[in-house]
Amino acid sequence: MQIDLTVNGKRASLDVEPRLLLAHALRDSLNLTGTHIGCDTSSCGACTVLLDGVSVKSCTVFAVQAAGQEVTTIEGIGNADSLHAMQEAFWSSHGLQCGYCTTGMIVSAVDLLRRNPDPSDDEIRSGLEGNLCRCTGYENIVKSVRAAAKAMRDGTDRHSVRELMPLHPPAVDPPPSGEGIIPKQFQEANA
Amino acid sequence: MAFTAMVGARIRRREDPRLITGRATYVDDVRQVGTVYAAFVRSPHGHAKIVSIDTSAAKADPRVLAVYTGEDLHHAHGVKSSLPVAHKMADLKTPPHYMLALDEVRVVGDAVAIVVATTAYAARDAVELIAVEYEVMPAVTDVEKAAAGPPYVHASLGTNIAFTMPFAAGDTDKAFAEADVVVKQRIVNQRVAPVPIEPRSMVANWDAGMQQLTIYSATQIPHLLRTQLAVVLGLPENHIRAIAPEVGGGFGAKLNVYAEEAVVSWVAMQLECPVKYIETRSECFQAMIHGRDQIDDLEIAAKSDGTITGMRLKITANLGAYHQLLTPVVPTLTLLMAHGCYRFENISAEVVGVFTNTMSTDAYRGAGRPEATFFIERSIDMVAQRLGLDPAEVRRKNFIAKTSFPHTTATGLTYDSGDYETTMDKALKIVDYAGLRKRQEELRKQGRYLGIGLSTYVEVCGMGPSAAMPAAGWDSATIRVEPTGSITVLTGISPHGQGEETTFAQIVSDELGVPIDQVSVIHGDTDKVQYGVGTFGSRGTAVGGAALQLAIQTIQAKAIKIAAHQWEANPDDLEYRDGKIGIKGDPSKSMTTPEAGFAAFMGDNLPPGLEPGLDATRRFEPPNFVFPFGTHVCVVEVDAKSGQVEVVQYVAVDDCGRLLNPMIVEGQIHGGIAQGLAQALFEEVVYSDDGQLLTGTLMDYAIPHAEQVPHYELDHTVTGTTVNPLGIKGCGEAGTIGSTPAVANAVIDALAPFGVVHIDMPLKPEKLWAAMQPKSNGSVR
Amino acid sequence: MIPAAFEYKRANSVDEALRLLGEHGEDAKLLAGGHSLIPMMKLRLAAPAMLIDIAGIPNLDQIDAASDPLTIGALTKHAKLAASDELQKKAPALWDAANDLGDPQVRNRGTIGGASAHGDPSADYPAVLQALDATFTLAGKNGTRELKAAEFFRGMFETALGANELLTKISFAAAPKSAYVKFHHPASHYAVVGVAVALTIDGGAIESARVAITGVGDVAFRAAGVEAALKGVKTNDADGLAAACAGAASGVQARSDTFASASYRTAMADVFAARAVAQAAAR
Repeated sequence: MQIDLTVNGKRASLDVEPRLLLAHALRDSLNLTGTHIGCDTSSCGACTVLLDGVSVKSCTVFAVQAAGQEVTTIEGIGNADSLHAMQEAFWSSHGLQCGYCTTGMIVSAVDLLRRNPDPSDDEIRSGLEGNLCRCTGYENIVKSVRAAAKAMRDGTDRHSVRELMPLHPPAVDPPPSGEGIIPKQFQEANA
Repeated sequence: MAFTAMVGARIRRREDPRLITGRATYVDDVRQVGTVYAAFVRSPHGHAKIVSIDTSAAKADPRVLAVYTGEDLHHAHGVKSSLPVAHKMADLKTPPHYMLALDEVRVVGDAVAIVVATTAYAARDAVELIAVEYEVMPAVTDVEKAAAGPPYVHASLGTNIAFTMPFAAGDTDKAFAEADVVVKQRIVNQRVAPVPIEPRSMVANWDAGMQQLTIYSATQIPHLLRTQLAVVLGLPENHIRAIAPEVGGGFGAKLNVYAEEAVVSWVAMQLECPVKYIETRSECFQAMIHGRDQIDDLEIAAKSDGTITGMRLKITANLGAYHQLLTPVVPTLTLLMAHGCYRFENISAEVVGVFTNTMSTDAYRGAGRPEATFFIERSIDMVAQRLGLDPAEVRRKNFIAKTSFPHTTATGLTYDSGDYETTMDKALKIVDYAGLRKRQEELRKQGRYLGIGLSTYVEVCGMGPSAAMPAAGWDSATIRVEPTGSITVLTGISPHGQGEETTFAQIVSDELGVPIDQVSVIHGDTDKVQYGVGTFGSRGTAVGGAALQLAIQTIQAKAIKIAAHQWEANPDDLEYRDGKIGIKGDPSKSMTTPEAGFAAFMGDNLPPGLEPGLDATRRFEPPNFVFPFGTHVCVVEVDAKSGQVEVVQYVAVDDCGRLLNPMIVEGQIHGGIAQGLAQALFEEVVYSDDGQLLTGTLMDYAIPHAEQVPHYELDHTVTGTTVNPLGIKGCGEAGTIGSTPAVANAVIDALAPFGVVHIDMPLKPEKLWAAMQPKSNGSVR
Repeated sequence: MIPAAFEYKRANSVDEALRLLGEHGEDAKLLAGGHSLIPMMKLRLAAPAMLIDIAGIPNLDQIDAASDPLTIGALTKHAKLAASDELQKKAPALWDAANDLGDPQVRNRGTIGGASAHGDPSADYPAVLQALDATFTLAGKNGTRELKAAEFFRGMFETALGANELLTKISFAAAPKSAYVKFHHPASHYAVVGVAVALTIDGGAIESARVAITGVGDVAFRAAGVEAALKGVKTNDADGLAAACAGAASGVQARSDTFASASYRTAMADVFAARAVAQAAAR
């Protein structure tokens, strides 16, 4: 079937089997591989994209159902030249480790702030119940969303990765209390 | 040592820009022209004979390129169709583990055939077209039944027992004879599934011209994968390139060599094109290794003051149907850590490994040590409960004193350093332990059940001295100072979320005096990086980072020689100061590492006999393991009406040595706690008696959602170690190891008014509710 | 993960959907939000030869909360119900369920009609719609018929919806003193036990009660014994309310799974019924 849709602001025309999942259409037909697939029961949320502005699991939508609609994937949320506040917050608050769930998590979090621009921690947790993360224990994800909500309420400008590099921190933590514990036998330069 | 700016600071991770923008490349994102797609036909039975396989309908589908069965592989030239197991056990039974089942299937999900088609959709369709006739055989999933006799998983063995390992230290009989109390408990450490959010993924290509196999795989061990593929496929190792691109979580489950990796590689060789296989989550539940699954029968001898004097222990480990890479090794680690951070020296133990018709168990975050920590920490609470003592005080009474390190344990390990009391006191202070106990008492009077659980753990990490490992335990690092001053690090470890692209760059930035963005850390490609062992066992930084530190020392020594030559000075009078070469006691002159590197590249002004170039490859062989430790305190409230548990507070005070990047360390602890807490409360893989997997999707098997875990309050202490030059202890598994017993102890403490001594995990509401019912017969499993 | 192939047609009106259903009969399935059907198709537990996409049929996704009875179009998404202030006031039990169902992405996509027509024994709406004594309007080629919720939900994955029928709307009288309380399965978010209650209260005592329970048996059911026992109980009498809820699932063959046994589900029906009653009474 021939379908037309808008993906990240660009028109796309695809010839698809009716059974083609939107997640596969994005990944394989449009090469937008930031949308990940982590399960087969619509549980994990790694494949979350915005469909006409609201979060959906793209593994549970046929591409044909999205015909005529607007899709925003993680690639459209922001890029290295212009990070979305949510992306920057995940970076600054260490809201990710392996990164696999992260793209869907960020898209869901963006949708969460659309519904509720100033969520409590509990509201963040329940607002992300459609996304599973196995690495972070969610602590820093909650922190990231909180930080992004504040930045968005404050109207902070978008930053580029380059602006946030180099990574020298503005303030250095006090030296760890383990300073000076390096054993002698390892200290001599050894050629 | 000039750890000034970067090391110890909360640096944003350098791997993150690509991850947060969706521009990273995981295996499924690898695009290669001409890629074809594989799917596996898997056994629906726990145990069955394969009577016949009819592939004709699949082969007739024009979209299908090939179908192969176990027979095809078994007779293929050069192929060893049985998969490797790494161990150093003398009497281990190692029945064949075919890449594709031959004649018999022994677990639901056993791969029976592979089908390759032009698209993933066509491959999935073709699976339906392959008709396998099975003759169902008796299956056994209960480990104790399996240990007792038939049916046998491998009939040729005439037993299901793969190994028995006795152990004795001290005089256990005497300890028990002289004990004031003996606590006896059977503790089940249930089977869990690792569930990295990225399932197993691989794409293999065969370059027939170069006779070169390239496999991208979601693995924690690209080099070990290459070695094992060379063995099983009969290829020269230098004709294989294994690449771990971005990897979406591992937790030990990707510390393995899977049948699918070998089969897909072999098929690529047959078809001479890229063959991609991405498993579904359902397949992942069936065919990715599981963790834990031990029954620990335990007796503890104690004096009336709470001093523990001895332990009798039988570990019955459910190995699953086959050995995967480290299957038999895992339960032996449990034995090593059986006495935790306590002094007692009389242990009599036996480890029994048993085959059943279930998926293989293997290393899952903690790998054998969480089981030990769980039963010893539960034991302390049971002793305290029996004697009417405070569980914190019983711990204090039994701790190995901070003055007695290095401490050689009854099980033969040498704990490098520790200060268990300080972490415990810090944690107790944070939660206001005395106040909590008071509050618990008040709430009980109102029919509300607060529970306070402690876990004072020590774990064995930084795997490890080669002599004590099933395969090599060292790791490697190369540093190259490039002509224009950027610095390339090639590390033998294979991070997949742990952040070493950042922490290693932090170290190099400080030590070699270059901005961090001039440092690139490369990993996970056997054609780029010298041999390395990989990322697991909380070893990435403790071993791989230590190798990096050695390479830095080599670079610094050579750079000093170059500077000394140019300054016509004695190298002995020079030193690295704040990342630059200078003359001791003379701040007027300095040379940067890039300047020395450029001189080394030009080669026209070097000391006689010194080779051009400024690079170094070093390997670190750990002289010992490292032993991080800490105290976790969990506070829960159990709803008396439903048995539902609310985690009210969670505090962890960990000591994993020096913190290179506290933000990353905290992240590791957070994630570990969530996994350990989930094992305590709800995670559980369940097989039916006939071998059906009853928790085969994320709709049945719960991993935690954000709502199901609490906020974690972290703190730390720093006790050094002399085991490695960084003074670090490893933090990848600490959270998991520390949290499970803290949560379980809290829940069981909450139920103490009901006379509860122990309930096996997962501590799901129904079990707790049953335990709180009047005249509960305690029969809930 | 990959469903079997099927033919796909869009219906732009109820009539067109009914015509397509008539032509393709048992081989065809209606596709609204797809959040019950597509997951089953991905596991190949369902493999319809044809899907008729009804999501584009106009005017079936409206909440008419001003009318009495209230009317909800079958294509109304859970998220729309969850965001409706009017619904929160007039039928909070349904609002509770819509907010507590699945997760945000599921709520953004799934519809009340689709979820109801699926007949899942652990779904939330079957309890809520029975407690609201809702009326289901089914369109067929010979016109429409109306069924009460208790007649609509017939068994495990079984409803009264005919193969050639389309559920168009659900209506019910306002029930401001109503609530839905759920014991979540930790993995699936479905109800281990879910209890919906609609009360009328007179002079501080319960005048009438409808109590419906999902997750326990093969199909959601009304707890007639509890409804009778609640009559006349003072809403501030917590013990009295709890006592009235005893035996909420008596006579029902409860289900077991790896998470919760039948006897536990039965016991929790009482506990959650009492909580739902208390919550409804407090509204």
